[in-house]
Amino acid sequence: MTATSPAWLANPTDVSEAKKKLDQHTFETVQWHFHESTGSPFWLGKKAELGFDPLKEIKTFDDLKKFPMFEDEWLRGGPVERWIPKGLAGKPTYVFETGGTTGIPKSRVVIDDFRIDYELFSHTLPDQYFPKGANWLMLGPSGPRRLRLAVEHLCQYRGGICFCIDLDPRWVIKLIKKGWMEHLEEYKKHCIDQAITILTANHNIKCMFATPKLLESLAMGLAEKGTTLRECGITGIFSGGTEFTPQWTRFCVEELLEGLPEQSGVYMTPTYGNTLMGLACSRPITDEDNYTIAYYAPEPRAVVEIVDFKDSNKIVPYGQTGRVKLYTMTKEFFVPGFLERDEGERELPYSKYPWDGVSGVRPYHGFASSTTVGVY
Amino acid sequence: MLTIQPLRWGKPYNSLDTFDVIHFDTGEAIAKIGQVTGGMVQLDMRKADQARKALRKFSCEDLIQKCQKAAQLFEHEPLSVGDGIQTVSDFIHQQSASTGLPEHMCQSNMKKNCFVLSNMAKILDCLTRGLPLDVYTRGYGEENRGVTVSYQCQAPVLGAVLPNNSPGVHTLWLPAVPLQVGLVLKPGSQEPWTPYRMISAFIAAGIPAEAFCLYPGGHDVGSTIMSKCERSMIFGSAQTVQQYSGNPRVQAHGPGFSKILIGDDIVDRWEDYLDMMVESVASNSGRGCINCSGIWASRHTKKIAEAIAAKIGPMEALPPQDPNAQLAAFTNKQMATGTWSMIQQDLAESGVTDMTASYGPRLVEKERCAYLRPMVLHADSPSRGVASKEYMFPFVSVVECPQKDMIKSIGQTLIGTALTADPSWIDDLTNAVNIDRLNIGAIATNRLNWLQPHEGNLTEFLFRNRAYQFAG
Repeated sequence: MTATSPAWLANPTDVSEAKKKLDQHTFETVQWHFHESTGSPFWLGKKAELGFDPLKEIKTFDDLKKFPMFEDEWLRGGPVERWIPKGLAGKPTYVFETGGTTGIPKSRVVIDDFRIDYELFSHTLPDQYFPKGANWLMLGPSGPRRLRLAVEHLCQYRGGICFCIDLDPRWVIKLIKKGWMEHLEEYKKHCIDQAITILTANHNIKCMFATPKLLESLAMGLAEKGTTLRECGITGIFSGGTEFTPQWTRFCVEELLEGLPEQSGVYMTPTYGNTLMGLACSRPITDEDNYTIAYYAPEPRAVVEIVDFKDSNKIVPYGQTGRVKLYTMTKEFFVPGFLERDEGERELPYSKYPWDGVSGVRPYHGFASSTTVGVY
Repeated sequence: MLTIQPLRWGKPYNSLDTFDVIHFDTGEAIAKIGQVTGGMVQLDMRKADQARKALRKFSCEDLIQKCQKAAQLFEHEPLSVGDGIQTVSDFIHQQSASTGLPEHMCQSNMKKNCFVLSNMAKILDCLTRGLPLDVYTRGYGEENRGVTVSYQCQAPVLGAVLPNNSPGVHTLWLPAVPLQVGLVLKPGSQEPWTPYRMISAFIAAGIPAEAFCLYPGGHDVGSTIMSKCERSMIFGSAQTVQQYSGNPRVQAHGPGFSKILIGDDIVDRWEDYLDMMVESVASNSGRGCINCSGIWASRHTKKIAEAIAAKIGPMEALPPQDPNAQLAAFTNKQMATGTWSMIQQDLAESGVTDMTASYGPRLVEKERCAYLRPMVLHADSPSRGVASKEYMFPFVSVVECPQKDMIKSIGQTLIGTALTADPSWIDDLTNAVNIDRLNIGAIATNRLNWLQPHEGNLTEFLFRNRAYQFAG
């Protein structure tokens, strides 16, 4: 949380406009998902259990509190087609998974959302550091995950070609749970070796996605070969994961990337996201702001609230700690409030994103000891 | 409140991540400790050679003198620690407050560290068996019998993952400095005090700051130190020792399972040795690997156990400032209750008797911490599970075992004190590979002669003895 009236604070008019836009978007999204002609079998089926008519009673974003909390357990198992809105039937559909180290993973069907989310994100990237036409390296989870295709699309949208490596996070989690730390190290090395090979093979790669842990390992691997990310030509890094602490970010910027962008020529943007919500961007990181990382959801398509640990409909005051609550409102997917596995502090609206943000994201303390996070 | 930051090759690093060191009894924060990550350690270790280079600008003899000066500063003078100045009494209060050790024990540990620093010349003479120290600086030299010898340094720095609750172990890494080997230390989260004060004393005594790293942090910091330092030591459980067994890069220190073995020629006079046995069990609140956890004899074992119980059973949990306090608190209450449960299982076996049962309850639970009052258990046979147990408080099992079976039954023993004058048995004990440090006669297990190369000779760990020839 930053002191009152920081330079980046959004002006009240923009905040109010954004709120109107959000209310309008909420109304239209609910109309779509609960109308017999366009809604998905899942939400049309749930409508009967709600005890109210969403088509009539949901007019603003705040009205969404009438819905029960979304349970991600609903996403496990089939038929996955029940999530496809009738209005989008017949379109080529992807299924992306999350979890699944043991048991049935959670699935989300996607038609165009990942492309839309990452195109919107693309417009937030500074061209100076993420040059159009540059090739990318995707150093993150692959397989049935949205991220691999999304990053590839981001790269293509910006006119480049994306090089990828295979990374199976389920196997990584199993290695940790089994205590096979030597295997874990070897697997990490296997991934990093591939990334170094690609980076040093004259492919004009200037941008990349990496999780913080892999970014660190890659920088270390390059250091052992006497080079750096900057020397390999990287100028823009898009990274994501809950292990993004201010201290880690400072270490990354100052020591792995050799300074803030204006000094090193390398720009790193932390993001926060998941398969359910999409991608939240961060305010630019500065040393004056003690490397605070504050995320802002891509409203109105998704919203992040910081709510009281005991009352998920009560937003905490600015600067206070609470649980992260997500909303997703696209034509493909509707989540009217879901309690994430994370907690953080509520942040003031930012000029570019005039709505609430969240900083200090970390695993929710109630789960922290039983959750394996930041494994790859 | 004191804020203490990591030290990276002598330079303080203002970490944005901090960890509060908490008073074990009041829960009050005593200090904020900045944290590093494994990545930072990994990056720093690429410059480890600079630490030895900085130390090699001074001769070993110069560094020994500086160690003597550092000892004096450590024991008597205010020193800069973190963003404050720490007096000797601050140090003792702080260490006691976070580790649960009574203050007079903190003072004793301080003196022990100072003794080693002050006597570094003699200790190195013993560790090196009298070799001229420039052999270690240059890598080769001539022995006093006129033969060329070579000792090649295997690591520019010694890494150490230090324990939380045993301020006495720091003597083990101190001799690295005068041998011109830098230090990369991960202080225990509850005991940052000794490493920080010691490094501050070294620097104030004129030893180059760039020879030192102090890395408070999480598990990843420890594992990075272990993997990136060519030589490191770690303090942990029996499992930790097992994990690093046979690894020439790691010296693992765990439970000692130190014992007193009473020979048949002496056992009828066991009462003469009672005070020595009590000291071995209860000194320093029984926390060390050098405390005695087993007393073995062929007869009179019940009487021996009764007599020890009568001496230590009545010990009460007293406030740490009390000069009569003999027991350290378990700052983690669950550790005390877990230990207590394990002892209940030990006692459930037939042939095992609690000789301290009549001295009142052993487990004393307080709001934030707990104490275990001393326990003496009698085992009628070496096959009882308790015969091979060691716990972190004054705890001993007195085991009945024929002398002829003792050596093969005691298991691994860090310090074995044998009360005997029987030459044949002394010969057997001398040849027993499961006894690390052997005392013949009435020497309490906790009384180490620092002038004897001991557990894990540091020169042998840090240097490799190899052939070296000159033509002609």
